Amino acid sequence: MTTPILELRDVVKSYGAGPTEVRAVTGVSLAVAPGEFVAVRGPSGCGKSTLLHMAGGLEDPTAGHVLFDGRALYEMSAAERAGLRRGGVGYVFQRLNLVPSLTAMENVMLPLELDGVGSREAKERAAEALDAVGLDRHLERYPDDFSGGQQQRIAIARAIVGTRRLLLADEPTGSLDTPTGDAVVELIASLPARLGTAVVLVTHEPRYAAWADRVVSMRDGCVVDTTVAPPVRKSARRTVGARR
Amino acid sequence: MSVREGLLALLGDEPVHGYVLKTGFEAATGGVWPLNVGQVYKTLERLERDGLVHARERQGQRQYRITDDGLAALGAWWDAVPDDEPPPRDELMLKVLMAVGQGRDHALDVITKQRSAVMAQLQLRRRGPSTARRRGRDPMVAAMVDDALVVRAEADLRWLDLCEERLTHPDPSEETGRRPVTRPRRGTRGARS
Repeated sequence: MTTPILELRDVVKSYGAGPTEVRAVTGVSLAVAPGEFVAVRGPSGCGKSTLLHMAGGLEDPTAGHVLFDGRALYEMSAAERAGLRRGGVGYVFQRLNLVPSLTAMENVMLPLELDGVGSREAKERAAEALDAVGLDRHLERYPDDFSGGQQQRIAIARAIVGTRRLLLADEPTGSLDTPTGDAVVELIASLPARLGTAVVLVTHEPRYAAWADRVVSMRDGCVVDTTVAPPVRKSARRTVGARR
Repeated sequence: MSVREGLLALLGDEPVHGYVLKTGFEAATGGVWPLNVGQVYKTLERLERDGLVHARERQGQRQYRITDDGLAALGAWWDAVPDDEPPPRDELMLKVLMAVGQGRDHALDVITKQRSAVMAQLQLRRRGPSTARRRGRDPMVAAMVDDALVVRAEADLRWLDLCEERLTHPDPSEETGRRPVTRPRRGTRGARS
């Protein structure tokens, strides 16, 4: 069996202690295969974002383990975890965190440069990433020159620009209208097939969750059900690709 | 909408045969409502009896066109807004309401299973063209049918989420007046994972 790229084993996250303790996540286990697209959905406060933060090593679980490519995050040194965040795992959030004074190209080059990649190579790889999200013709424009959907595409390009094996997306459509949100999620859904990137998408919107191979529904910190996409007849299959 | 209104909407000044109306009706409704030709002629007979269409015999075939009364009836139908009081008898809604009467755990189990099934339908729609598209219907009409199915599935999922929220975090004011919980007589109470 292939080693999952991400595995959560019975993870718990609590805040506070004693009578004021709040359990945000209560014993969740989840394995994501390389190139798989998993959506986590549920109402606000159900623990889905906390789960994603633990998956990406942004927060430590109170109990349980998080493994990246078979290796427990707690076994990694601080430098290794930082390297993982820079090179193995990409993040996309509702808030884009683009640097307004840098062009689209420079924003996408940023994580590579922080990782010590040379300027020429960083430029080539950033151009490839922007091409993958359909923005290859607008490399020298600044974030404010783009629409909300295009800015989210830049953020996705920045998230996949390294040798990203896992993309963690937390409500990336939160500030977008429905057609733009559809286009962004269609782009995210195309990444597993095009780049082999596994994706975990956190969303409260069923229309976006439905793009995933597997939908995990959470309530009150627990997984209450998991839906695997039914097989599609060959004649009815449609190719998912980046929309420009 | 009934077949009657659908046929009136397709009729104009130019006389047409019943079979043309049958194929026109099926195309206009995105293939979601197949008609048999007998149903079409029976409805046309009633429309003619009511003075809403005019029929004439030509080369051994009956042809139909809309009358002024037919245009008025059609106009009234375009303007009418569907009423939601009493609420429509929706299968999913009624199933969940019945389940609530049989206890919280049973209701949550039914909600979970229904949500998973609706989500699977939505996942399938995201992955392949609909029946209407596969059958080569008008692309815009087929896309509108797809949109309707996706949006309805989303609405069902949202409603199931709301039901779950009401059951798991009940508002005390909604708890009063509830009839006593009875044991389900049929089906199983599956354990929630």
